Amino acid sequence: MILEIKNLKVSIDGKEILKGINLSVNAGEVHAVMGPNGSGKSTLASVLAGKEDYTVTGGSVEFLGKDLLALPPEERAREGLFLAFQYPVEIPGVSTANFLKTALNEIRKHRGMEPLDAMDFLSFMKEKMKLVNIDTELTKRPLNEGFSGGEKKKNEVFQMALLEPRLGVLDETDSGLDIDALRVVAGGVNKLKTKDNAFVVITHYQRLLDYIVPDYVHIMYDGRIIKSGNKDLALELEKKGYDWITKDLKTPA
Amino acid sequence: MDQTGRILENVTQGEYKYGFVSDIEAETAPKGLNEETVRFISRKKNEPSWLLEWRLKAYRHWLTMEMPHWQNVSFPPIDYQDAFYYAAPKPKKKLNSMNEVDPELRATFEKLGISLEEQKRLSGVAVDAVLDSVSIATTFRSKLAELGIIFCSFSEAVKEHPDLVKKYLGTVVPYTDNYFAALNSAVFSDGSFCYIPKGVRCPMELSTYFRINTANTGQFERTLLIAEEDAYVSYLEGCTAPMRDENQLHAAVVELVALGNNAHIKYSTVQNWYPGDRNGKGGIYNFVTKRGICIGKRSKISWTQVETGSAITWKYPGCILKGDDSVGEFYSVAVTNNRQQADTGTKMIHIGKNTRSTIISKGISAGHSNNSYRGLVKISAKAEKARNFSQCDSLLMGDQCGAHTFPYLEVKNKSATVEHEATTSKISDDQIFYCKQRGLSGEDAANLIVNGYCKEVFNQLPMEFAVEAQKLLSVTLEGSVG
Repeated sequence: MILEIKNLKVSIDGKEILKGINLSVNAGEVHAVMGPNGSGKSTLASVLAGKEDYTVTGGSVEFLGKDLLALPPEERAREGLFLAFQYPVEIPGVSTANFLKTALNEIRKHRGMEPLDAMDFLSFMKEKMKLVNIDTELTKRPLNEGFSGGEKKKNEVFQMALLEPRLGVLDETDSGLDIDALRVVAGGVNKLKTKDNAFVVITHYQRLLDYIVPDYVHIMYDGRIIKSGNKDLALELEKKGYDWITKDLKTPA
Repeated sequence: MDQTGRILENVTQGEYKYGFVSDIEAETAPKGLNEETVRFISRKKNEPSWLLEWRLKAYRHWLTMEMPHWQNVSFPPIDYQDAFYYAAPKPKKKLNSMNEVDPELRATFEKLGISLEEQKRLSGVAVDAVLDSVSIATTFRSKLAELGIIFCSFSEAVKEHPDLVKKYLGTVVPYTDNYFAALNSAVFSDGSFCYIPKGVRCPMELSTYFRINTANTGQFERTLLIAEEDAYVSYLEGCTAPMRDENQLHAAVVELVALGNNAHIKYSTVQNWYPGDRNGKGGIYNFVTKRGICIGKRSKISWTQVETGSAITWKYPGCILKGDDSVGEFYSVAVTNNRQQADTGTKMIHIGKNTRSTIISKGISAGHSNNSYRGLVKISAKAEKARNFSQCDSLLMGDQCGAHTFPYLEVKNKSATVEHEATTSKISDDQIFYCKQRGLSGEDAANLIVNGYCKEVFNQLPMEFAVEAQKLLSVTLEGSVG
């Protein structure tokens, strides 16, 4: 088991956003989490990564057998949890390559491995660049500074390829992408998929799932997973719209 | 406190690592300042009478001046009578070679990472080490002399190259220039002198390392660099001082003369004087006048400074661009933390045609510190098609510190182009979180972000110095980032 979320409840500024999430992710699986705006999808991603603005009020999250919620964000990353951000930040003056070398060596240190020197890192990076069709020029530019929306998202997937996480969480990585960029991003994820890792793909639209075929689809609404199924659920949702799910819930029980 | 605040708190609580005091017996002038102090210093150094006269004129001029108060810093009045103006390590005997340098002295510099043993040095850096008032040792002299390069202490230059010193001393920074330049001219004790003859490209970095050791001593050194036609030199300067509760005054003067056509002087400073403790007790008052003049056509002077130390830093390394097509550059990183104050920047005076200047200033304020950029760009009437580009960025760490920008522009020629850009930014929680999500600790994240911010300036430093500057930056900001 890679990730096990049990009855997770989270609030921000006293307002409950997640109202009891249950989700189990095994190695080799791809899970899609879908839902309308405001359903709590991105909150889930942020809480998994350890963003401080949220208060966990109940439940538990186990990641590779460890209590994830007890770890600070950098430890979670070093343990192998990767979040592809919806809005990647810019860091002026720090090249993507330099940033990733620092990050990779932190993770290697955590795993008791020797740090890679500049030469070894470079050849390792080149390998990963091919995987996601990233331009050398992009890795030399300051991290995300002046990148187009598509470049930023590609850069997230590139970082994920390089850091080789056990669990990749993609937070609306498809939003704002044209179809070509979408293909590149999805293609990257497909190539990274192994029997030892897993992905949670958060998305608003079904179209990403034309390229990344999930093993499971979960529909989130109002802080809960209200329906789970296989990829057909996503197609049905696409056809009928979110109202199809939510109108049942709005009628009093 | 938010996340960044906490990290900042951590990063800015680093200890000053150079605060030790060496047990070296010093010979000092009687405390206080009067004409007799000036004569005492001159006598100690066996100076020619012209120099004593020059000092006395400076001293008398200083008496007529008043301490300036326009800078954006505050400190109690300085009692100039309550300090020593000359302190020299007592020589056991006259030195004939480096091997005879007092072991304790040698150990002091070793501890600072400055090796005086030139044979053992692999890196090509010639060092002039100045402790309190006196130059201790200059390395690689004979090798440089083969190329006709003079690199020695100021005192030696006065004895061995009096004509050069007499001709250029005070030509770029006259003793009438300002209060501290006048004071320095009266009581300066030592410093470095460097002359690069025509057509010579100095093959190694020249470096002076300044160290204040004795208590209650002011350090007043003078540096004079002259580059002839087609000559090039890269010069580095580093400074540290012991931790003491009382403030100590450092009032140096640096004069650069890019004399001939195409002469190029690159002057880099990593200033790490003791900044005082967290509550602002003690620390060095760093009141320095640095200026260069580009006389030759297409000559160039570049100032690069990384200012991390001192309780108060007050300096404006400037360039007078007299020769046509000459170039002035100023790259600065000024970091203030705790109660430190800095009012620093540059002056670019365009006189010649097609003269160009670039100003890149990066201020970083943390803790309760105050950091001001103050810069003058002056285009005189004859400076046809002169160009200036200024970029002044401020980075705030935490919400208790201040950043200020005071640009002054005087343009008297219509064909000139002057550009000024300024930004103020903060390290955001989102940036820190992003880095953490990739496995970096909060502190490493902050260092990475700050170093990225300073990159344009660090790129100007010689490799070894750039590494040292990065380390210094993280030590200075230790305890202020997360």
